[in-house]
Amino acid sequence: MALELKNLLLEKGDFSLTADLSLETGSLTSVLGPSGAGKSTLFDGLAGFLEPKRGTISFEGLNLAGLEPGKRPIAVLFQDNNLFPHLTAGQNVGLAISHKRRLSNSQVALVDEVLERVDLGGLADRSLSQLSGGQLSRVALARMLLLERPIWLLDEPFAALGPSLKRDMLALVKEMAADVGVTVLMITHDPSDALALSDSAILVAESRVEGPFSTQALLADPPDALRHYL
Amino acid sequence: MASRVVAITSAGLVTALVAIPLVAVFNRAGGIATLNAADWAALRFTVWQAMLSALLSCVFAIPAARALHRQRFWGRETLITVLGAPFILPVIVAILGLLAVFGREGMLSQALMFVGLPRVHIYGLHGILLAHVFFNLPLAIRLILQGWQDVPAERFRLVAQLGLGSAAMFRVIEWPVLKKAVPGAFLVVFVVCLSSFAVALTLGGGPKATTVELAIYQAFRFDFDIGKAATLSVLQLGFVGVAAAVLLRLVGTPSADVGLGRDQVFLRKMTPMRRSLDAMVILIVAAFLLLPILSIVFAGLFELPFLPSSVFQSAKHSLIVALISTALCLFFALPLATFKLGQTISLFGFALSPLVLGTGLFLLIQPYANPFELALVVTCVTNALMALPFAIRAIGPAFGQIDADYGRTATMLNLMGWARWRWLYLPRLRRPIGFSAGLAAALSMGDLGVIVLFADPDRATLPLQMYRLMSAYQMEAASGAALLLLILSLGLFWIFDQGGRRGFRA
Repeated sequence: MALELKNLLLEKGDFSLTADLSLETGSLTSVLGPSGAGKSTLFDGLAGFLEPKRGTISFEGLNLAGLEPGKRPIAVLFQDNNLFPHLTAGQNVGLAISHKRRLSNSQVALVDEVLERVDLGGLADRSLSQLSGGQLSRVALARMLLLERPIWLLDEPFAALGPSLKRDMLALVKEMAADVGVTVLMITHDPSDALALSDSAILVAESRVEGPFSTQALLADPPDALRHYL
Repeated sequence: MASRVVAITSAGLVTALVAIPLVAVFNRAGGIATLNAADWAALRFTVWQAMLSALLSCVFAIPAARALHRQRFWGRETLITVLGAPFILPVIVAILGLLAVFGREGMLSQALMFVGLPRVHIYGLHGILLAHVFFNLPLAIRLILQGWQDVPAERFRLVAQLGLGSAAMFRVIEWPVLKKAVPGAFLVVFVVCLSSFAVALTLGGGPKATTVELAIYQAFRFDFDIGKAATLSVLQLGFVGVAAAVLLRLVGTPSADVGLGRDQVFLRKMTPMRRSLDAMVILIVAAFLLLPILSIVFAGLFELPFLPSSVFQSAKHSLIVALISTALCLFFALPLATFKLGQTISLFGFALSPLVLGTGLFLLIQPYANPFELALVVTCVTNALMALPFAIRAIGPAFGQIDADYGRTATMLNLMGWARWRWLYLPRLRRPIGFSAGLAAALSMGDLGVIVLFADPDRATLPLQMYRLMSAYQMEAASGAALLLLILSLGLFWIFDQGGRRGFRA
């Protein structure tokens, strides 16, 4: 069973992208490619922000066509604005399980538990301005965990963090993904991030998505489009 | 889905509230042939005074904006903020203040008499111009000042480096700024003055100084000629509509927001001569704007304890009307701000004058009920519609920004419909909502428009009561009422605006 893109064509303005690939459930995959090649467009198509012109996206046999982004089995971590600055850390995380004004006691416990898991135990009532950049990323990850969606799309979410924080976050993603068995795709510009995340990578270049390849092999002998970029 | 239903409903409601009265007006209106010489004179006067008002406002605004831009002094920012105040100042209060300074018994007349010169006369064209300049000079200054602030700092640096003289400086920097900003400012003031009613009502009148708005009122109240009022309304609607359309096309929606702009260093050596000239300009403008208000405050302070109960009764009416029309305005504005067509619909308020709308509503209500009994209801609705464009102007762009920033995250979390409003839009729109509510409340509180058409002695609002006191030459009570009205209007704005700012987490 897998995430499958069949005969997919995505169009945005006069830009287009085709994809035909299959990713194992529970696999971790880096998404590499030059700027403007369409990595984010691919994510938009997967997440449901962009309807495909042609082809299908399915996950474990479920066709995702026509499903609204919020109803897909997909959680997204965007480059920025993942968290609502007017809410506390706990409220941000809580939106994963309830949109009611107040959470029930058991839901509050769930939020605390998941914050604990990302090393933010006891910080549920903090406003976001009281948290550091690394802590904010952890809040967003905690919400991903609580959303309980089997596919995670990470669009360079840690680009703003320093190298050591970024390493920590990648390790955390790997650890949590392994725990809950989610399928992860992560866009990155940094070859070392790609290597740190996984052995598998796909390439978005020249209006096509290709792969998966072995990350090491792809980076050792990159095709022209990627080589220029790297 | 549900939110779309709400959006379409409020769009339909606003359109109906505007369109149905207009249809009633058109139905009742006579042909163009029914207009007599006096009506055409009113039309000519309306356009003429609006042009002069716009011209004078711009002529005085240019040196004032330049002085404010290039000088730095204590209280400069406060002064620029105060320039936004006339917008929410009740017209009738300002007029009483202007009378206290420029009227027959005013400070200026006293001073002139002291040196043996005759008193000034404020009634008629020049009184109207004085009031219009009082209200619109600050607006024009701010629009032109904005033009100055939009000049990139590099250009000033370049001019300083090249050591350009005054003539070259004018050609390179000042002329382009003025060429861009002044026509817009002129047009905005012109359109605002076309619909002037309260100013014309109090300072104009007679065959030589009657605007079309005032003529509608007179046809209504003095001649009981509803058909004539309707015909004049169509006329008013026609030319204000055209002017407003031109304005929106060329300049965009006028904003009621107070912008201080970035701080720019004006890299030019200030000669003592230039400095003192600028200081004089700023002092004159500040005195012109502040003296009338200060005189209201001082005159009213001693009257406040002795106000007749009729004033408090009308103040209560006004407060209720203001709060209801604020709620109505937001009720319309929030859904309409979310889509382009809704934003366009909300602009009706610019083209429509309160008296035209009032005439239409009167015609609609008359067959079924006594319109005078519904005076306050009609005032609530009209005031809400009049404040709507300004609310949309504040909320619309903020709404777009929220969606651009957080829309995808919210959608990914399946935060739709009412939940999206509660968790995302409302908390993030706190500031523009507070600002809009403040505007709507203050505008409604100070409104002296449609209520004058419908009023009977039992249902006066505070501005109307104040006008009645003035008409009866009870100037002491009028100044007390003026101060009360001033406090309530500015107070309402302040409370709502602060409410929006407080507790907002950026």
